[in-house]
Amino acid sequence: MTIDHAMALAPAQRATELIGGELTEKSLRLHLEGLPGVDAVGLEARAASLGTRSIKTTSKAWALDRIISLIDLTTLEGADTPGKVQSLVSKALLPDSGDPGTPRVAAVCVYGDMVRYAVEALGSSHGLDNGHGGVNVAAVATAFPSGRASLAVKLADTRDAVEAGADEIDMVIDRGAFLSGGYGTVFDQIVAVKEACRRADGTYAHLKVILETGELNTYDNVRRASWLAILAGADFIKTSTGKVTPAATLPVTLLMLQVVGDWHRLTGERIGVKPAGGIRSSKDAIKYLVTVAETVGEEWLQPHLFRFGASSLLNDVLLQRQKLTTGRYSGPDYVTMD
Amino acid sequence: MTSFLDYAPAPESTSILHLRQSYGLFIDGAFVDGHGRSFSTISPATEEKIAEVSAADAQDVDAAVAAARRAYQRTWSRLSGADRGKYLFRIARLVQERARELAVAESLDNGKPIKESRDVDVPLVAAWFFYYAGWADKLDYAGLGPNPKALGVAAQVIPWNFPLLMLAWKIAPALAAGNTVVIKPAETTPLSALIFAEILQQAELPDGVVNIITGAGETGSLLVNHPDVNKVAFTGSTAVGRAIAKSTAGTGKKLTLELGGKAANIVFDDAPMDQAIEGIVNGIFFNQGHVCCAGSRLLVQENVADEVVDRLKQRLGTLRLGDPLDKNTDIGAINSREQLDRIRELSDIGEAEGAQRWSADCVIPDRGFWFAPTIFTGVETSHRIAREEIFGPVLSVLTFRTPAEAIAKANNTPYGLSAGIWSDKGSKILAVADGLRAGVVWANTFNRFDPASPFGGYKESGYGREGGRHGLAAYLGSAGSAPALTRGAAQ
Repeated sequence: MTIDHAMALAPAQRATELIGGELTEKSLRLHLEGLPGVDAVGLEARAASLGTRSIKTTSKAWALDRIISLIDLTTLEGADTPGKVQSLVSKALLPDSGDPGTPRVAAVCVYGDMVRYAVEALGSSHGLDNGHGGVNVAAVATAFPSGRASLAVKLADTRDAVEAGADEIDMVIDRGAFLSGGYGTVFDQIVAVKEACRRADGTYAHLKVILETGELNTYDNVRRASWLAILAGADFIKTSTGKVTPAATLPVTLLMLQVVGDWHRLTGERIGVKPAGGIRSSKDAIKYLVTVAETVGEEWLQPHLFRFGASSLLNDVLLQRQKLTTGRYSGPDYVTMD
Repeated sequence: MTSFLDYAPAPESTSILHLRQSYGLFIDGAFVDGHGRSFSTISPATEEKIAEVSAADAQDVDAAVAAARRAYQRTWSRLSGADRGKYLFRIARLVQERARELAVAESLDNGKPIKESRDVDVPLVAAWFFYYAGWADKLDYAGLGPNPKALGVAAQVIPWNFPLLMLAWKIAPALAAGNTVVIKPAETTPLSALIFAEILQQAELPDGVVNIITGAGETGSLLVNHPDVNKVAFTGSTAVGRAIAKSTAGTGKKLTLELGGKAANIVFDDAPMDQAIEGIVNGIFFNQGHVCCAGSRLLVQENVADEVVDRLKQRLGTLRLGDPLDKNTDIGAINSREQLDRIRELSDIGEAEGAQRWSADCVIPDRGFWFAPTIFTGVETSHRIAREEIFGPVLSVLTFRTPAEAIAKANNTPYGLSAGIWSDKGSKILAVADGLRAGVVWANTFNRFDPASPFGGYKESGYGREGGRHGLAAYLGSAGSAPALTRGAAQ
């Protein structure tokens, strides 16, 4: 890939304010390459030590409820149908039929063509901010999961989902472009997708930018991609599609939290983080809560700033929750499949 | 619940401990009463008494040394290396089996957080015994020439900051090399050593091979000056180390000293910053700063100094001070009132000399000995807090402009135990490490220990090395230099 260093980039507000002057491929590159490095051993050691926190009794009860309210309950299969989505929505609204006091999840996350079924199934319970505990609809877009399509297709994919009523768009970055040094290409695409998130009334669907950290391979790349996504206008940075191994890991999430923490120190603005894929147990999810709280602070533990992209996690949390109430472990047949 | 970060208490249970009301001296394989005035060991977190402990007087020290001599002559020096190794392996496995109990005892008696005794101290103790167990039948390959010989009876005096780990550092190489041991733990932290004595009984180590005598400085002095010991190993303060060097001079006793430190932790502007902050915290606040190799002088490049200090303060705000037995505690209790007084005194001097003091905002429990994590900025090289070992959770921040200045400032201390370098640039790390006069130099990490790695100091930080192949040299003589009684020890 040949890179034109003088190429002017889309004048995204955050980037022009932070980097200044006319934004070019070169100025963006200099900024990203000037970021401090990441020491992998130290990062992983810190994540491991956060993982040893012991969360018991009242703290555990609070954590389990909070985890549920931070889940993007996800189905992203080729075999998805309106019926499957409807069932997912029912689970999102009433996670544990044995305990109506169980919190609802933050959102359901589906492919773009399933958005209208999700919206329909939610009915009056649609919308996290609708004032009575609603649930958002998130759609993956931009030729998810590979991102290998022309920009026009990606934008059409995005607009389609937004028009169908998606509140949140989970886009993927062009990892090929990123790895071959085309930071400007990745940047411009995010800016364009952000614009495609604009609704007729001028409001925007929230944009989550998936870095697919399993393909970026190094922590230095993850840090650069995180900055790049934020500069281009991301509301959330998200680790993974769930289709690539490794998906979310604690060290990668810690690193992304450090970046949003740096951004907050610098600008006062709060960006969300979403680890996705591979988080299946309550025990693991609690480690993430601890990592969030001790890295960027407890105020991040709310659905506008932190999400879990997960499907099987919910049921494990429900089993743990039942155990706290009854003192006994039940089994998978005591929670609903979906 | 007011805040998630006010984690609910998660205390490790003490029910695993089966402590006795009082402990005698462990001499010749059995607990016997001491003839000195017994003393109490207390928990520094609550000031509550844990147990009554015997003190050894001259007569008891004689008995312990005599038992060690007997065991050396009759059994230990006659065993093959492979058989000595078997005992050491057995001890290592028993330490692992009783790891939780040892960790609880250590945190109770010393005040260190359970997560450190559980995840650092006790696993390293087992690792040390495993490592030296492997050496016991390979002494010919220790680089000391063919058939190196044990020295005889080793007198060992250890400090209170890592009671059980220092015991392992001393006992494991001594036994592997074929020596017998009389060891004295510190008077404020004898508990884990006394439980270790039970492990030795469980391992059926021949009587008298290891003798553990408790008491204060006077007992230590009697031990190291005893005429029938061949080797003295001491870890502790430079003042005491100096006295031991004087009193053992000319006696023919082989001596190793591991003393104080005032390590520089050097942070360059190209450091991996988030990890460097963690490393600074680990360097000085690990074990409440009761670490001889603690990174107590932070040397930070001037152009990033403000940022580093800001981030550091923010990070220190998340450290949790309190009950050492709570699994979420990061900062435990100061080991003794005496040590707390010294930390307070030096901190007050720091303020009086014009440095700016900042302490993390944490609730200090009503009882026990506590000191909040503290940073001094605006410290000059001439200040006492930049020169004297505080041995507590107090960090002095100094700045530098160039690598040459960093090296010069790092070396400008009578000590030379350890140092740290933080930079993403490998060539810079190697060049700076080359210029530092410190026994251990960590790069992009701090306070990492491994039994295969030698540890020890320059200048007033002592001499001799512990750990690794080098650690064996402290307990072996060449074939020709051995005392007559060491026959067969290295076979």
